[in-house]
Amino acid sequence: MKKIYVNEEWCLGCHLCEYYCAYANSGIEDMAKALKGAAINPRIRVEGDNQISFAVSCRHCDEPLCVKGCISGALSVKDGVIEVDQNKCVGCFTCVLSCPYGCIQPADKGVIQKCQLCTNNSHGKPVCVQGCPNKAIVFEER
Amino acid sequence: MPLLKEGEVRIPSGCAISGMISKDGHKENGDRIIESIKVMHDRSNGLGGGFAAYGIYPEFKDLYAFHTFYDSKRAKDEAEEYINSRFEIASMSVMPTRNIKEITDAPLIWRYFLKPLPYKVKEMHVDEDEYVFHCVMSINNKINGAFVFSSGKDMGAFKAVGYPEDVGRYYRLDEYEAYCWTAHGRYPTNTPGWWGGAHPFAVLDTSVVHNGEISSYDANRRYIEMFGYKCSLLTDTEAIAYIVDYLVRKQGLSYEDAAHVMAAPFWDTIENMSKKDKEKFKYLRNAFASLLITGPFSILVGFTGGMMALNDRLKLRSMVIGEKDNMYYVASEESAIRIIEPNLDRIWSPKGGEPVIFRVEGGKY
Amino acid sequence: MNDNFISPLDYIAPSFEVVRNPDKCIGCRACERQCANEVHHFDFDLGKMVANDANCVNCHRCVSICPTHALKIVKNNDTYRESANWTYDNINNVIRQSGTGGVLLSSMGNPEKFPVYWDKMLINASQVTNPSIDPLREPMETRTFLGKKPEKVEFDSKGNLKTKLTPQMELSTPIMFSAMSYGSISYNAHESLARAATELGTYYNTGEGGLHKDFYKYGKNTIVQVASGRFGVYKDYLEQGAAIEIKIGQGAKPGIGGHLPGTKIVGDISRTRMIPEGSDAISPAPHHDIYSIEDLRQLVYTLKEATNYKKPVIVKIAAVHNVSAIASGVARSGADIIAIDGFRGGTGAAPMRTRDNVGIPIELALASVDQRLRDEGIRGDISLVVGGSIRSSSDIVKAIALGADAVYIATSALLALGCHQCRTCQSGKCNWGIATQRPDLVKRLNPNVGYQRLVNLVSAWTHEIKEIMGGMGINSIEALRGNRLMLRGVGLNEKELEILGIKHAGE
Repeated sequence: MKKIYVNEEWCLGCHLCEYYCAYANSGIEDMAKALKGAAINPRIRVEGDNQISFAVSCRHCDEPLCVKGCISGALSVKDGVIEVDQNKCVGCFTCVLSCPYGCIQPADKGVIQKCQLCTNNSHGKPVCVQGCPNKAIVFEER
Repeated sequence: MPLLKEGEVRIPSGCAISGMISKDGHKENGDRIIESIKVMHDRSNGLGGGFAAYGIYPEFKDLYAFHTFYDSKRAKDEAEEYINSRFEIASMSVMPTRNIKEITDAPLIWRYFLKPLPYKVKEMHVDEDEYVFHCVMSINNKINGAFVFSSGKDMGAFKAVGYPEDVGRYYRLDEYEAYCWTAHGRYPTNTPGWWGGAHPFAVLDTSVVHNGEISSYDANRRYIEMFGYKCSLLTDTEAIAYIVDYLVRKQGLSYEDAAHVMAAPFWDTIENMSKKDKEKFKYLRNAFASLLITGPFSILVGFTGGMMALNDRLKLRSMVIGEKDNMYYVASEESAIRIIEPNLDRIWSPKGGEPVIFRVEGGKY
Repeated sequence: MNDNFISPLDYIAPSFEVVRNPDKCIGCRACERQCANEVHHFDFDLGKMVANDANCVNCHRCVSICPTHALKIVKNNDTYRESANWTYDNINNVIRQSGTGGVLLSSMGNPEKFPVYWDKMLINASQVTNPSIDPLREPMETRTFLGKKPEKVEFDSKGNLKTKLTPQMELSTPIMFSAMSYGSISYNAHESLARAATELGTYYNTGEGGLHKDFYKYGKNTIVQVASGRFGVYKDYLEQGAAIEIKIGQGAKPGIGGHLPGTKIVGDISRTRMIPEGSDAISPAPHHDIYSIEDLRQLVYTLKEATNYKKPVIVKIAAVHNVSAIASGVARSGADIIAIDGFRGGTGAAPMRTRDNVGIPIELALASVDQRLRDEGIRGDISLVVGGSIRSSSDIVKAIALGADAVYIATSALLALGCHQCRTCQSGKCNWGIATQRPDLVKRLNPNVGYQRLVNLVSAWTHEIKEIMGGMGINSIEALRGNRLMLRGVGLNEKELEILGIKHAGE
């Protein structure tokens, strides 16, 4: 299945993917309206410095530790995509601790959030990929 | 009034062409070729017609026959002075013509049978053909009002402003016997009214009749002019005649290969050839790239002992070939063949870019 | 230094103004992170993005990358008491030079208002008397060979060809990427060009900076350049290339050498140029072994000898006043191809006064060279490549109709890679990762993206060339070459028409 991969050779550390992610998951059509004055809490994060950097988001592992550790059954794998059901999440953050990549974050309402490849928003395909100015983030079969 | 020359403007024209050649070298007079071109009357507009005939001067077989238009006595005197100093004149006379009402405003038309002065040829360090070619170019470009429109051995071009069937009668073609005839009826898109602009266009023994308008004209012209040719008429036919002369006479290509330069196969076709052919065709296209002719054309190239029919590589002009007993016929339209030979053994349309070359068998011409 | 401390005598108002739409700016700071000129920064006290206009070179990186399109760069409308004679630039340059005592440097091509002859020529099309050809339905050929054509063809007794052609370059389309050295442009820019040339079946040119070993694999599509500095020239280099170009001159700076400052001679660039790290790479103005035409012949044959006569040699000259006589000399020097670079050609750095005032338009140079070579009967001895501002496919059609065999493009190729012509290549701070060696900037040009864009551009132009050729009823590029009847001038005087060898529209 297609997943998001990041090629750090081409990552410029511009952080635009974070903003595109926040926008894509805001449910608001206009980016400026969605993000103006807001502190963003994106599902993808750029790590590194000016010399080397890369964006990190859920790898959608074949054997996901987060799903195994979830105490409430909020995390599940559907067609290869690891999804969270925020109605079931009890906010124990076991997944946040168990993810080896640090790709799961607490969301605003005491539950967790994670990248679902934009399958759960109106965009359909990963917006961070589309917005990456240097094609460092790709969405492909590997 | 000086002749209004073509060459001051480029004139596109549509046309009709027809040709016939005997396989065994037997000769016939001009009646049938006139009959043939006459059928395609509507393909010309009365502004030019002409013929080329091969084998017509057996008594002067080894002499260059110059057919010349003069627009004044002065031009004639000047040209004759030039000719006199370079050739031995075996015979000269007014061109025999027939007075007919359809053909008017004739220039002075003279015919000469010439032998180049050997020491003059030596002086130029060239062969006789090249010498004659050079002289023809000089007369046509340097002597105002003189135009040599035919300069081969044992052949002749006959042309005028008018419909071709009238031009044929005017020049009394019924009195000439040839093993190969070509004919042309012209449809220029303006009215230059100059006899020299009619077809065929002939240089040495190569004559060309042509139907079409080539889009590569200026690319061809500017290239061929590097080699001593002067395209003074700005017509396609003139350029094609020079290209044939250059490739065959000067470069020593066969007529087939000359055709493969002028209507080169597409690269895709070349890629699929055998290794040897591929190498050759690639070479020819590269080496003579600027002599590729594009745009629509169908041409008949007459030469001593033969005739070549060639279409542009997309076959954008009609041309059919008929065969009957010991004759081949080529024409823009089938009707032009059927009128003189209703019962053909075979009739076909050659493919675009495929040269069809007819030769009198065993060189019996 | 803060601008406030500049003496009033030296103060020049910023050329551009950064306009930020506060309703759209989301404070993502992408502009700040992407500007090597440090124009933008986030002011935490004010809680918003601010800009230092004085540093802006108008490269448009921030404008292009801003996710909400909150930015635009406008020309500063601060004005002097200008006149038609004392223009803004003329006044500024006097102020600048009075302050520094230095030569004005600039880059890219001549921006001044000289006539662009491409824009004063129109192309023919078929109507009625002959048919136009539809390139979607009929073959339409753009394959081009560069190299000498034989004077006389010879056949053996069996009618087989005896003559062999001297080495030729085969192009699928008559467009090549012209010389830009590794050093003046980045590794990634070079990789993009090399890969694009390979995929397109054409050539790119190393420029005078040598050839990085990583790119040896693209050698079949590489022209290696030998310039006056001879940087990176050695046996392997010459053997890698498909053709060798002797650079005599460049359109942007005829008569002038090159200078790549030592600060850019680092790492691989030093290795590739074969000069010590940190040393200035100074190309002399002339080749010091070519003081005359017969010397050129020696270099041509030296290079041919060194490569076993397997590679065509190109001689590149700038279009200067008596270009046709020079070209005639070059044609007789044994060179296979002559490349002429017009005065609008680009550069990574040139003295501004030279760039803007030396040389002649490529259209006129091309027309006169092609005619001169034909007059001398030697047009077949040499192929003619022109560059120096080819901006579109129609420029190419016109160039070929005037007599060129192929064209060189460079500025257009850089635009395809992201260049926005800010004309400050010499600063080394190219925000698009092209004219820079700063690793954080170089990585901004992803060759996977870059090469595809070059392929797209040349493919698009080739389609357009075919379309225009078809309209003229021409189905192979060689029938367009030198076909000047296909051109007509508009608004040109008699002399210009005479030099171009074309008629006026309506004639």
